[in-house]
Amino acid sequence: MSTQVKFVQGNEACVEAALYAGLDFFAGYPITPSTEIAELLSRRLPMAGGKFIQMEDELASICAIIGASLTGHKVMTATSGPGFSLMQEALGYAIMAEIPCVIVDVQRGGPSTGIPTHGSQGDIMQARWGTHGDHAIIALTASNHQDVFAMTIEAFNMAETYRTPVILLFDEIVGHMREKLVLPEPGEMPLVERLRTSVQGGVNYHPYLPREDGRLPMSDFGGVHRYNVTGLYHDMWGFPSADPGVAHGLIRHLVDKIENRTNQLARYKEYFLEDAEIVMVSYGSAARSALHVVKNRRNRGERLGLLELQTLWPFPRDIVREKCAQAEAVLVVELNMGQVMQEVKKALDHPEKVFLANRIDGVFITPTDIRKILRLIQGKGV
Amino acid sequence: MALKDYLRQRFFPHMWCPGCGHGTVLNSLLRAVEQLGLSKNEIVMASGIGCSSRISGYVDFHTLHTLHGRALAFATGVKLSQPELNVIVPMGDGDALAIGGNHFIHACRRNIDITAIVMNNRIYGMTGGQFSPMSGVGINATTAPFQNIDRDFDVVKMATAAGATFVARSTTYHAQQAADLIKQAILHEGFSVVEILSQCPTHFGRKNKQGAAADMMERYKDITVPVGSKKKAENPDLIERGIFVQEEAPEYCREYDKIIAKAMKG
Repeated sequence: MSTQVKFVQGNEACVEAALYAGLDFFAGYPITPSTEIAELLSRRLPMAGGKFIQMEDELASICAIIGASLTGHKVMTATSGPGFSLMQEALGYAIMAEIPCVIVDVQRGGPSTGIPTHGSQGDIMQARWGTHGDHAIIALTASNHQDVFAMTIEAFNMAETYRTPVILLFDEIVGHMREKLVLPEPGEMPLVERLRTSVQGGVNYHPYLPREDGRLPMSDFGGVHRYNVTGLYHDMWGFPSADPGVAHGLIRHLVDKIENRTNQLARYKEYFLEDAEIVMVSYGSAARSALHVVKNRRNRGERLGLLELQTLWPFPRDIVREKCAQAEAVLVVELNMGQVMQEVKKALDHPEKVFLANRIDGVFITPTDIRKILRLIQGKGV
Repeated sequence: MALKDYLRQRFFPHMWCPGCGHGTVLNSLLRAVEQLGLSKNEIVMASGIGCSSRISGYVDFHTLHTLHGRALAFATGVKLSQPELNVIVPMGDGDALAIGGNHFIHACRRNIDITAIVMNNRIYGMTGGQFSPMSGVGINATTAPFQNIDRDFDVVKMATAAGATFVARSTTYHAQQAADLIKQAILHEGFSVVEILSQCPTHFGRKNKQGAAADMMERYKDITVPVGSKKKAENPDLIERGIFVQEEAPEYCREYDKIIAKAMKG
C-alpha cells in the first residue's frame, strides 16, 4: 500500500503521473494555465536523468517531442488553447506518422487569447477536429487529482499501445486547484512499454506494416533499421505514395485503429445510475458540481445519477446510449456552449430529452447553476 | 563505400527536374559523409517540405520528412534525446527562412550540434515558382508578375547574428568545395549552417532569363569569390564563398549533460 500523500495542484498531479509513466523528454513553451507543468519538469526531469527543453514556440515544442519519440523516448508537451491551436499542424503529423506522444491542454477561455487565468472546456471540438483531414484521436479528461494521475498514465499507455498522439484535456480549475493526491508505489499501476520490432538487422523491417493484432512494432532512430517517416500518404516502408489503394488503406487504418476500439478505450465513472430518472453527463471540473447536486438530491430521495466521462474521444457513444436509455431527461453539464451535449444528442434515440447546464463566462459552474436548470426540467419553474 | 550504397535505389528515379541543382548538393553531401566514414546507422536526416526536403527520402539513413519549416524543431528533439546521433537537416530557402525562420534563428542561438544545409535556389519550386525571401528585388516570379519588391536578406549574416558557430557558403558549381564545407560542418561541434546556391532552371532560370542549368552554374562561378578576396572590395555585388564563422562555444547537449549532473547531485 502506498503511503506517500501530497497536497498539490492538478498540474503537479499530471507531472507526478507522467514521471511515474516513464516520461523522459519534455518540450514546451510557457502559457497560462499550464506553465507549472513545464516549470516542475524543468527541475524533475534532469533529476531523473531525463531531458527538458523550452522551445521557441508551441509549434516547435510538439515537433521536438515527436523527434524525441522516434529515438525511443516517452514524450510529452503541455499547453493551453492558443498553444494548442498552434500545435494542430504537428498533431496531424503525429497521427499520420503514428508517433506515440502525449499532449496536455489545460483549457482556458477562448477563442484567441480569451481569458487566460479562468477555466473553460471550450477545446473539446478542437481536440477532435483541430487538425485537418479525416482522422481519429484519443482525448482523456479528469475531474480530480487522483483521476488526473490515472488518466495521465492511461494517456501514455494508450499512446504506446496504438502508436498515436493522446490528448489530455484538463481545465484551468482542475489544473490550479489544490487537493490530496495519493502516489502509488512503483509497479502498482500497469505501464505499457513501447513495442519494438523483433526483426533482426539486415532483414527487411516495415515500419508501417501492422501485425495480425493490428499493432505496429517500432524501431528506434539510431538502431539497426533505417526507414523513412513522412506526413505524406505512405506505404509500408514509410515512403511517399500516391497510389489510391495505399491512400485508402492508410486512412482507414488510422481511423479504424481507434474508432473500432471505442468501447475498449472508454473510461468513465458512474454514480447512482441504476434507477436514475435524470442522468447528468459531465466531465472535468464541471463533474464536481454535478456530483455534488446528485448526492444532495439522492439524500432527499430524488432519483438523479451522474455519468462522468473520462474518455471524450473517441466519444463513448454506446455507453452513453446505454446509461441514458431509461432516463426521462439527460442533463449535460459543461463549461462551453454544448460541445459534448451535441455528441450526447447524437448518441441517443431521443435527443429532445437532452438539456444543457453550462457557463461560458470563465466562472466555475456551481451546484446552484445546475439546480436552476433542474427546476426547469422538473417543471418547477424558474 | 560507394556513393550509391548511401542511396535508397528502390525509390528512384527522383522527382527533381532535369538540371536541378539539388542532385549536385546531394552528391556533395554524400561525398562528405563517405569521406568522414560515418556509419549509416548513426545519421538522422530531418527535412521539411519542398523540392530540397525530398532529399531525405532518397538517402539510406534514418530519415524524417516533416512539416514545412519545422525540420529543425524535429531535429532538435532527435538530437537532444539521443546526442550521439549525427543530425543533418537539408532545407530550402523558403522552408528555412520564411515559414521556418524562427526555428532557424533559435537553432542557431541554442548552438545545438546539428548541420543545416540551406539549398538556396531563390524560389518556391515545388509550388511552381513563387518568390521566396531569397529572391530579391527585381526578380520575376509567378506571384511577382510586375517584378518583386520584397527585399531579401543574407543567410550568412543572419545565421552569424543569431549565433551559429559554423557558417559557410558555396554553390553547385563548386561541388568539391561544397563537399568539403559540409564535411567540416558535420565535424563542427555546435550548430552549423552551410548555404549552397543551387539552380532552379525550371522556375527561376526561365522566368529570369538566366539560361539553362549549365548557364546558371557558370554564373555562380562569375558572381562568387573566395572569402576575403580583393575582388570583393572592388565589386561589393560579388558573393563570397568559404567559411565565415568557425568558433568554439558551449554545445547545447553537452551543457544539458551538466544540468543533469547538477540536478542529480541535488
